[in-house]
Amino acid sequence: MPETLPQFLFEHARKTPEKAALRERDYGIWQTITWHEYAEHVKYFALGLVSMGLVPEETIAIIGDNRPEWVMAELAAQAVGAKSIGLYQDSVVNEMIYIFNHADVSFIVVEDQEQVDKILEMWEQLQGVRKVIYYDPKGLRNYTEDFLMYFPDVEALGKKYEQEHPGWFEERLAQGKGSDLAILSTTSGTTGNPKLAMLTHRSMLSMGRNLMAVDPMTPRDEFVSFLPLAWIGEQMMVMSCGLQIGFTINFPEEPETVQHDIREIGPQVMFSPPRIWENFVSQVQVKIEDTSWLKKKIYHWAMPIGYRMADVRFRKETPSAWLKFQYFLADWLVFQEIKDHLGLRRLKRAYTGGAALGPDVFRFFHALGVNLKQIYGQTEINGIAVVHRDGDVKFQTVGTPIPETDIQIDESGEILMRSPAMMEGYYRNPEATAETLKAGWLHSGDAGYFDEDGHLIVIDRAKDVMTLHDGTKFSPQFIENKLKFSPYVKEAVVFGGDWPFVTAMINIDFANVGKWAENHQIAYTTYTDLAQKRPVYEIIRKHVEASNADLPPAARIQRFVLLHKELDADDAELTRTRKVRRKLIAQRYADIISALYSQASHVDVETLITYQDGRTAKLQTRLAIESLGKEN
Amino acid sequence: MLRGFTGQLNSSRLEAGQIQLKVEEVQLYFGGLMALMDVNLQVRQSEIYAIIGPNGAGKTSLLNCISGLYHPQRGRILYQNGASHDLTKLRPHQIAQLGIARSFQNIELFKHMTVLDNLLSGCHIHMKSGLLSSMVYWGAAQREQIQFRRFVEDIIDLLEIEAIRNQTVASLPYGLQKRVELGRALALKPSILLLDEPMAGMNSEEKEDMARFILDINEEHGVTIVLIEHDMGVVMDISDRIAVLNFGQKIAEGTPAEVSANPHVVEAYLGEEHPSLALRRNNNQHAEAK
Repeated sequence: MPETLPQFLFEHARKTPEKAALRERDYGIWQTITWHEYAEHVKYFALGLVSMGLVPEETIAIIGDNRPEWVMAELAAQAVGAKSIGLYQDSVVNEMIYIFNHADVSFIVVEDQEQVDKILEMWEQLQGVRKVIYYDPKGLRNYTEDFLMYFPDVEALGKKYEQEHPGWFEERLAQGKGSDLAILSTTSGTTGNPKLAMLTHRSMLSMGRNLMAVDPMTPRDEFVSFLPLAWIGEQMMVMSCGLQIGFTINFPEEPETVQHDIREIGPQVMFSPPRIWENFVSQVQVKIEDTSWLKKKIYHWAMPIGYRMADVRFRKETPSAWLKFQYFLADWLVFQEIKDHLGLRRLKRAYTGGAALGPDVFRFFHALGVNLKQIYGQTEINGIAVVHRDGDVKFQTVGTPIPETDIQIDESGEILMRSPAMMEGYYRNPEATAETLKAGWLHSGDAGYFDEDGHLIVIDRAKDVMTLHDGTKFSPQFIENKLKFSPYVKEAVVFGGDWPFVTAMINIDFANVGKWAENHQIAYTTYTDLAQKRPVYEIIRKHVEASNADLPPAARIQRFVLLHKELDADDAELTRTRKVRRKLIAQRYADIISALYSQASHVDVETLITYQDGRTAKLQTRLAIESLGKEN
Repeated sequence: MLRGFTGQLNSSRLEAGQIQLKVEEVQLYFGGLMALMDVNLQVRQSEIYAIIGPNGAGKTSLLNCISGLYHPQRGRILYQNGASHDLTKLRPHQIAQLGIARSFQNIELFKHMTVLDNLLSGCHIHMKSGLLSSMVYWGAAQREQIQFRRFVEDIIDLLEIEAIRNQTVASLPYGLQKRVELGRALALKPSILLLDEPMAGMNSEEKEDMARFILDINEEHGVTIVLIEHDMGVVMDISDRIAVLNFGQKIAEGTPAEVSANPHVVEAYLGEEHPSLALRRNNNQHAEAK
């Protein structure tokens, strides 16, 4: 029985050498890589690294879009006992330097010129890196640095090494043990340097095994890998599930073609963070706005039926024959069509995780008949600990623990977890490890509780939960997600814990609001200009009022402002998985927040903009503040 | 897992630095209006050669003379690719066949065809199979078609337009249309690429992209580029040499630093101190001082 991820790879290569393991859209056509070819690439790349001195104590770092070479590089490192670490492509330079030096990185595998340039810039500050290996040579022809290497050249070195040391690779592969480290995974720390969770082969494999015990997958399934492979969720699907069961991984052509490529593949299983599902919803909403009146009529007839059906199922009741018939019609006329357009028609299961998904988005997909389920977990526990079971989906909850997973709530309300998928600790960071792993339990930092059916409910990050002025505990994220259900709202940050009432800073969705403005003949120039248009405030106000209607009075938003700029991960305002960094935002936008809690009807802000060429400019903007309701 | 450019983009057989294009004593007038007056210049293989000058200085006229749309009344335009050709005696399609490709100031694409088809149309001059064999799409004709498609996909990859390959040109924003037009010119496998204001009307991000593509084409594939551009920042950044035209006459030629330091240029062409030029000149001087 294979114990490591690469051992599973070679097992598939032996049993089904000709089956498609990977597919990549290139030259506009899906190009297939069989299990046999996949294994060969891994083998020779691994030997190439070994011939250049890779030893098990070292790490290889990988940065790039999702491509076959990405996963090959990871498995190559693991096949010879080393470990890998994936970095987000848009990581800032300081963070990258920290990771390379802290994680004993000796080889960096990158996609293209853009990443090579970034590394050249920081080269002087890197300690143990010996080679930088790229797999897209475009633009690199005239680079002369001797530490730069082209991916196939490393494989060629590996072939030579194989001739000199026949059988060495197979022996080394077989020596791999489940207790070996497989990857280091960066955790989206909300402050300071990232922490690197150490995950072994055993823990990664146990996670996939236990997930598939709940939701069986088959070797015939298709999966589209388009989220960063540095993210634990993608590692989980591509590596843990993919390699154990042997389904086919499809890589899109470019980030811009993902939507199209998903539709061409028609995957059976998907796992995405909320932002992807939110995008799907706004896409449908915007398309419907643009369509003919007849189609609009049919859509607005069908959706309530879908919602009714979804609610009946959520309550685990049996739908009436009449509702079933109506749903059949609506499905045939509308839902199938929508799912087809989104590429979700063949989907057996869809997961969302990484952050909370708004209940409205949840109901929307269940109305369409998409089996969307919540996953809860953390990088430290390999991404998954809790999941909804088919037919037992409650959108307020994250489901029940997967096999071999224990969960308890401590007296402070924090969620503690224990399972074989837990990390070994943080790499070279015993203090952080001691804070997180105590007496065999992983302290999640999330506040939550179990409901009467044994479902886990996650309120929010424990430190983010706010106590409203009337004493109720409330999650700002919950309100934010309600706001984000509107196609016109891209991001929202809600304040209220330490204040007398609740307020929000809102980012409009430039594309969707822009389109709406065009349709209503509102001229605008920039994002800032559009955000400050009176009619835009009006339409956002309507959405805020609608979302307020479902909230207890104390949690209702009383004043809001439309921000002049989009919150951006580059400015450290969001994490790479697009979670809001509340503390930092509260500091940076202190002026706006205090204006929200004053009587002012506007606030002047000054922003410093840094252009890509390093020039800076000051921008002055006046932001209007909108008050709602008569309560104030 | 083939990555990068697999085909040959540059069809020139000259060594870098050899003289590829020689404009000699060219004179062009429309009735009484003198558009070009005794213009002399030389473009070398694998350089980026910019032609600048105020509106009506004759830049586009010169480009049109090179690509055969105008025939100058006097002078010669000699083009080297092993043999020597006088372009003033040739018709535009013959000049295109010699490997001189161009893009236009106003986009000249088939608006209602897809990006892919527009690019394939650029391959047309390399097509050898006849009408009949193309119609049955068999044997050599099929192989040729597949080879062209492959080549066009390389260009799509180079210009990063994968996401729009099946959209019609008319539905695209202006910046992307410009990129497609560049792609179509590349589909000719040019030995010289003439670009007439490739960045006109673009925002700074689009300009940056376009500059990167032009540099890629030039540095990676060695294609000689002759371009007209108004954005001084771009011209100074990417050009190897610059010629300045004013009222149909060449008033200066040289490297960006030389041209921006030339008092004739500052005075005659700019009329007054051009801020970006002055800034750059200062920067250059600072750089030299260091």
